[in-house]
Amino acid sequence: MAGQERVLRRRIKTMQSTKKITRAMELIAATRIVKAQQRVQAARPYAEQITAVVQSLAAGGAGAGQALLSPRSEVRKITYLIVVGDRGLCGGYNSNVIRMAERALQANRSNGKEYSLVLCGKKAEDYFRFRKYTIDAAFKGFSDKPAYENAREVVEFVAAKFEAEETDQVELFYTQFLSAGSQRAVQRRFMPMEIDTGDSTRPTGELQASYEFEPEPGVILGSILPRYLESRLYAAMLDATASEYANRQRAMKSATDNAGDLILNLSRQMNQARQAAITTEIMEIVGGAEALGSDK
Amino acid sequence: MATMHVELVSPERMLFSGEATMVIARPEGGDAAFLPGHAPFLGLLGIGPVTIKVEGQPDVRAAVHGGFIEVRNNRVTILSDVAELASEVDVVRANAAKARMEDKAHELSDGAAAAALRRAHVRLELAGMANTH
Repeated sequence: MAGQERVLRRRIKTMQSTKKITRAMELIAATRIVKAQQRVQAARPYAEQITAVVQSLAAGGAGAGQALLSPRSEVRKITYLIVVGDRGLCGGYNSNVIRMAERALQANRSNGKEYSLVLCGKKAEDYFRFRKYTIDAAFKGFSDKPAYENAREVVEFVAAKFEAEETDQVELFYTQFLSAGSQRAVQRRFMPMEIDTGDSTRPTGELQASYEFEPEPGVILGSILPRYLESRLYAAMLDATASEYANRQRAMKSATDNAGDLILNLSRQMNQARQAAITTEIMEIVGGAEALGSDK
Repeated sequence: MATMHVELVSPERMLFSGEATMVIARPEGGDAAFLPGHAPFLGLLGIGPVTIKVEGQPDVRAAVHGGFIEVRNNRVTILSDVAELASEVDVVRANAAKARMEDKAHELSDGAAAAALRRAHVRLELAGMANTH
């Protein structure tokens, strides 16, 4: 009986140290969300400005003949650009995005479209490699703190493939950060770009005509478009990072809570076991004493 | 004196935002100064300095590597891939980084090394500019 008590005591000890670790991870994630959100904010002015410029250029007709803007007549191969984290312990964060992408991939595959995988984040690479998918490129090591250079590298790779007509369409999968309490996996068309010229905040037509350009609008657009893509991917990466931390904080919070519950239950069991052991011991002593007494 | 709103933005952050009396940049056609009330303009920027004159304050100088400048409604927006303010450049570090990256450049061709070299060049250009003034 005393053996059971010892086992329980040991389990409580383990749970207590697990709880300390998950608590620490929760706090770290909480502080990093704030930093990640600040980076999202810092990147916003650039993203907004470049979007506005691209919109007004495209609305003015400079978009004609840009490969990055024209949909291909026949889509044979689709690239799936997936942005997830390098690490786990963050609830469903990685698997939500990965599963969403895999479903889209399978659906398109059954329609006879080829696939190509470009992965950001170690978790995506692990998942698809384990399932024997062909991986075109895997970028990793920056999900904690993506830099603009990381986005540039990925876009260069994907754009080269797109321009060489090795792929006809690029779909981007990442986690959108809506608030600290809600994030969701989303799918966005990445290439060819769909530029919403309709509800541009600035008047286009005549304003476009009054611009002075140096050099030609088409040339400017050609060199801005890759920047635009980079800034979109960079924004997606920052969103994904903030989401990863938010998810990790939630996962670690519930792990800490669960550890607390377990400790409570285990302590109750241990106390019961201890009392049972004491009661048995007293009964044995009393029984022994009575047996001795009746002997006389 | 008339002023205009100027923003200098890099993908990672906003470097400068405020009222200014003149902006000097280097679009592809050569140096150009933009004063308040300039006609709408959109131009590509190469590697070069950007000077923002603010009334009653020292000029803001920055090194810009690629990007573009947009002028519209008395607002000047400079969007740059890599940009740094002169006041933030550490010349010694930039020199060291440049030497290190040039050594490595032939053996590594990855994005990070190329980017570091690019950054070092921008910084040094800016530092040189500060010395000549």
